[in-house]
Parts: sequence; structure tokens; C-alpha cells
Amino acid sequence: MGTTYWWMLLGMALATYIPRMIPLVFLEGKELPPIVSGVLRNIPYAVLGALIFPAILFVQEGNLLFGIIGLITSFAIAFLGGSVMTVVLGTIGILAVYSLFI
Amino acid sequence: MANKDFSNGLKAGLSIAIGYFPVALTFGLLAKTAGLSIIEATAMSLFVYAGASQYIALSLISAAVHPVLIVVNTFIVNIRHFLMTASLNEKMMPEKRTIKALYAFGITDETFSVLATSKNEKISSAHAFGVTFIAYASWVTFTAIGHVIGANLPLFLQAAMSIALYAMFVGLLVPSMKGNRKVISLAGMAAAIQSFFYFTGILSTGWAILVSTLVASILIEIVYVNYEQKRTIQSTEGVEN
Repeated sequence: MGTTYWWMLLGMALATYIPRMIPLVFLEGKELPPIVSGVLRNIPYAVLGALIFPAILFVQEGNLLFGIIGLITSFAIAFLGGSVMTVVLGTIGILAVYSLFI
Repeated sequence: MANKDFSNGLKAGLSIAIGYFPVALTFGLLAKTAGLSIIEATAMSLFVYAGASQYIALSLISAAVHPVLIVVNTFIVNIRHFLMTASLNEKMMPEKRTIKALYAFGITDETFSVLATSKNEKISSAHAFGVTFIAYASWVTFTAIGHVIGANLPLFLQAAMSIALYAMFVGLLVPSMKGNRKVISLAGMAAAIQSFFYFTGILSTGWAILVSTLVASILIEIVYVNYEQKRTIQSTEGVEN
């Protein structure tokens, strides 16, 4: 692999770092118009929606039921007031049992 | 104060560390099969630190794709982080730019989600360092371990743990959804648009997340601004009558 690999790694490192760094550094202390900051404050909830669904359904290739159980279990635990850690470990636990026996 | 914020950050980031464990382990294993040495594999996690891009890079390396294309692809996959860090910036406490440039390195989909949904009104840099440090440590360490042991977890556990990051996202989202129609609409609409992209295959995942997030955030904001205006007008009219 050699030198080319390390140059590629440098390029990849910059390609991931720049989008993470620029807004945080260059928007520091800037007051944005209310509509823009309103939109930006919406982003986290929209991101979560888009990250969860539909990807959670296809987490195990060819086993839709696995994803559906994961979706329902995690929502149920979270809805009943479980902490993030409880949701994570609880869902893993239920799915471990499911994968062991089915 | 800073110490307490940092350790609270570590605690908040623990579920990410758990979620990264199987993903990083598998990455180390796959990197080995793709012909990367342990140094090369671990260096990628250490310097690039981007799950999806690293997996894609492995398959492109195996397919002998030109390194420049791999870099370009990495950038395209990560363009969505412009949006996430711009959003996160609204929630971060004012701080020196050099410090922000440092913790910016640790912002991923997962650390962003944990920080941005934090119940604190404003987040200190120490808290951000705590969350990003534990996630990063898990990612790098388990990449190396995956390469060394060259084997996966028992199959049932591997399968079950693959849900971890999604379960974490659900655990972060649901508390904010309760009794908040705006949050429900935002998540629901973004999920619906994302599903459309997923099933039609018009956009690759990185772009799809960017577009569905942006469209949902803008449309819902417009609806709410109009709604608020109408309510203010109605209530002032009510006062006049």
C-alpha cells in the first residue's frame, strides 16, 4: 500500500474535518437572523428522524422482523421513560434473546 | 466546574462508546481482510474518524479505486456535517476558536445527536470534550482490537448489538417528542422524506440525510412562524374587542 495510502488518509482526514470545523469556528459570536437560527434549532430532531427511519428496519440484512422488533422495543422503553442507556441495553437484550432462540 | 462538565460528558457519551464497539470491531476485522496493516487500519480510525466513510473506503480500496476518488467520496459523504455543526453552534457556549476547532474533530452523527438534544440550555466545551473523547477512544481502540483478534463477537450478540446506535437515537429523540408537536412533525417529516430517498434510490445516504433534514427543518419552521403570527394577530384582535 505504501505512501499513497498515507496521502489518501491525509485527504480523507481533511475531507471529514473541514465540514465539522468550519461552521463551529466561523459562526462563533455571529448573530444569525431569527428564521435561520430557528431552522438550525430544528435540525437535531429532523436529523434523528432521518437517521432512525427507515435504516433501523434494515439493520440485519434480509431480516425485516429484527428491525421491526428493534424499532418497537426502543420506542417502548424510551416512551416509558427509560434513560438512553436503558433504551440501548434493553433493546440489545431483547434482540439478543430473539437472535439466540429464533 | 470544568471537571464536572467533562465527567458528565463522558457519562452522556457512554452509550455512543457502546454503540461504536461492534461497528469499530468489525471495521478492524474488515480492514485486515482488505489487506491493511494494524497501523494503517488504526491510523484511519485515528485520523479520519468517520464510520460510514471508512467502510466505503475499504470497499473502494479493495476495488482498487483511485485514492483521489476515495477522498472526494469521503467529502461528499460528510457534507451533511456542515449542517450539523452549524446547528450545534447555536447551542454551544461562546469559546475561543482554537478550542472549538479542537472539539470539532470529534463531531459525528452520534456525538452531534447527544450534544444537540442535551437538556442543558447551553453546552460548555468541557462537556463536549467529554462526550467526544469517550466516543473517539472507543472507536480507535476497538478498531485496533478488531484487527488483532480478527474475529467477530458471537453471532447472536453481533446481531443484537448492531441495533445499539439506532436504539440510542430513539432514546435521544423520544423524550423530546413527548407533548411537542413540532418535534414530532420534524422527525416524522424527515423520516418520510428519507424513506422516499431510500426506496427510490435517487440520492446516496449522505446526501439523502442532508436533504431530508434541511427540507423538514425549513418547511416546519415556515409553518410554525406563520402559525405564531396568526395567533399573535388573533390575540391582539381579541384584546381590541
